[in-house]
Amino acid sequence: MASGYEPWDEARGAEIIAEHAKLEGATLVILHALQEAFGYVPEPAIPMVAEALSLSRAEVHGVFTFYHDFRKQPAGRHVLKLCRAEACQAAGGDALAARAETQLGISLGNTTPDQRVTLEPIYCLGLCATAPSAMLDGRVVGRLDAARIDALVAEAQR
Amino acid sequence: MTMRIFVPRDAGAVAVGADDVALAFAQAAAARNVAVEIVRTGSRGLYWLEPMVELATAQGRIAFGPVTTADVPSLLDAMAGDGPHPLRLGVTDEIPWLKRQTRLTFARCGVVDPRSVDDYRVHGGYRGLERALTLTPDQILADVTTSGLRGRGGAGFPTGIKWKTVAQASADRKFIVCNADEGDSGTFADRMIMEGDPFVVIEGMTIAGITVGATKGYIYIRSEYPHAVIAMNAAIEAATKAGYLGANIGGSNHSFDLEVRVGAGAYVCGEETSLLESLEGRRGIVRAKPPLPAHKGLFGKPSVINNVLSFAAIPFILDNGAKAYADFGMGRSRGTMPIQLAGNIKYGGLFETAFGVTLGELIDEIGGGTFTGRPVRAVQVGGPLGAYFPRALFDTPFDYESFAARDGLIGHGGVVVFDDSVDMVKQARFAMEFCAIESCGKCTPCRIGSTRGVETINKIIHGERVTENLAVIEDLCNTMKFGSLCALGGFTPYPVMSALKHFREDFGGDLGPAPARLQAAE
Repeated sequence: MASGYEPWDEARGAEIIAEHAKLEGATLVILHALQEAFGYVPEPAIPMVAEALSLSRAEVHGVFTFYHDFRKQPAGRHVLKLCRAEACQAAGGDALAARAETQLGISLGNTTPDQRVTLEPIYCLGLCATAPSAMLDGRVVGRLDAARIDALVAEAQR
Repeated sequence: MTMRIFVPRDAGAVAVGADDVALAFAQAAAARNVAVEIVRTGSRGLYWLEPMVELATAQGRIAFGPVTTADVPSLLDAMAGDGPHPLRLGVTDEIPWLKRQTRLTFARCGVVDPRSVDDYRVHGGYRGLERALTLTPDQILADVTTSGLRGRGGAGFPTGIKWKTVAQASADRKFIVCNADEGDSGTFADRMIMEGDPFVVIEGMTIAGITVGATKGYIYIRSEYPHAVIAMNAAIEAATKAGYLGANIGGSNHSFDLEVRVGAGAYVCGEETSLLESLEGRRGIVRAKPPLPAHKGLFGKPSVINNVLSFAAIPFILDNGAKAYADFGMGRSRGTMPIQLAGNIKYGGLFETAFGVTLGELIDEIGGGTFTGRPVRAVQVGGPLGAYFPRALFDTPFDYESFAARDGLIGHGGVVVFDDSVDMVKQARFAMEFCAIESCGKCTPCRIGSTRGVETINKIIHGERVTENLAVIEDLCNTMKFGSLCALGGFTPYPVMSALKHFREDFGGDLGPAPARLQAAE
């Protein structure tokens, strides 16, 4: 939940970076840690990471943009991820994704205008024998059907 | 007497309510003043029965499932009085679906407490490492080689040869890297074993470390698996405390440390060289080979990089001997494969069995067909880069060579079942779309080819010059197959071409327009 995140603070950012900077190949670890604290990776943090790891800003920016996980702005208050990979497709996931999109009035990859819900595709949660599956704010849900997706969407909108 | 009740904490079980069930048991027991000990295990892998709860009895564990919170009070009564219950499945080990398996790698999964080293040891854990500590590296290598174990990530490269290459390399540092970036849809065996029996992965990696002379290992787990990350970290901490990781393992001169690193949502990082780049803190751009990771791997040092299941197979081999493992299987595929039955399937889950079972047995007999009850039309084996097989190929035995001979692959052992409502043009387009989304961008055939593939299949879907565009797809697939640097671009043609080959009627063109069934589905 975005409300549980700290607002960006340079000193706090520096502290997080320093905590992990000594690890070998620390870039992803640091970006994860920053996102965990602030809910996204604030742009001013990129040159700070570069400085701490003796990398160029371009290199860190490249890493930041390569991976789907890292956000450049905060997500909505709740994040609903729907698995869109084959096993969930086979189990009727396409129709459920369309249903969630209609109910929320946004397409996958977007946030509702009231900043309540971010709806995202995810490619496999490894819950393929209890497909279709989803993840709401880190909580996994399987065996989705129309009623369950409705309940999940309603929960996310609260 | 305290009742011991086992409730899975496996993410697949949690996704269908296992946490709520565990809580309900604790509350119901407290309300009735009944003494219970709730042990959170991994999953046995019978997912249509999850949450499956077990009770320890003198006859062995008795299973009940699928359990909802509403069932808990009556279940607790039945458990306490050894009475009948509609959800009672009998002795777990006697459930035919489980009994029919050969669980070597998954022997403990769903049985033990994945947070407890002691429980792991009670169930035969660390015997492989104990024996390995009495052997020379050459002797261990001989065992691993003789077992016939091949890389379970999908490539099927002989593990013994890989280890030997690293063992023979001289360097100031070497690394053991576990590829736990299980991104293939339809696969969840890595997740299950990490959540249900993490120590077996640790033990396998530790044995690899002492064999090749590496003192540090990394487990690269995808971020989509938060439960596995927690389970592995907890197990590493427990193993370290118990002296199975760190300096002087088991009182020997060997040291080995492990660290979990979390991916960030890039499918391509399951490719070993891309994974190494990611571990080093860079974009997951595929490296050209050679040099092989065995010579120049993580941080430029000789590295063993294996899949979770490959490492997890090692303790059995060291404990029971190479022959005990190699006795299972067929042809050049020795041992067992943890096969994952997924998608639109009645009895989905983890089925570990010797190589050689046919696809038809897996789908029809073991899997029970589709859960929608409609006929099975297509089966994708081996993840998003695996081929779609029609019923006509259901006699294919599950082994590396047999699938390759039919232009398919077993990959990481995922089997995704589709019923007759599937539109194979859409599946072909999805394969291209997925490749376009996940391409690392280094090589042109993959980066551009996948995007052109999506565009061209869209034209086919709209009935635009279908015959010509199918020729373009075929040409594009050839370019991708032979011109891509890694399996992402190189294998995307498998689902595309197999859809075209086996389900040509869905593509329209000179066979006339796509069947009405598909038009209606549009």
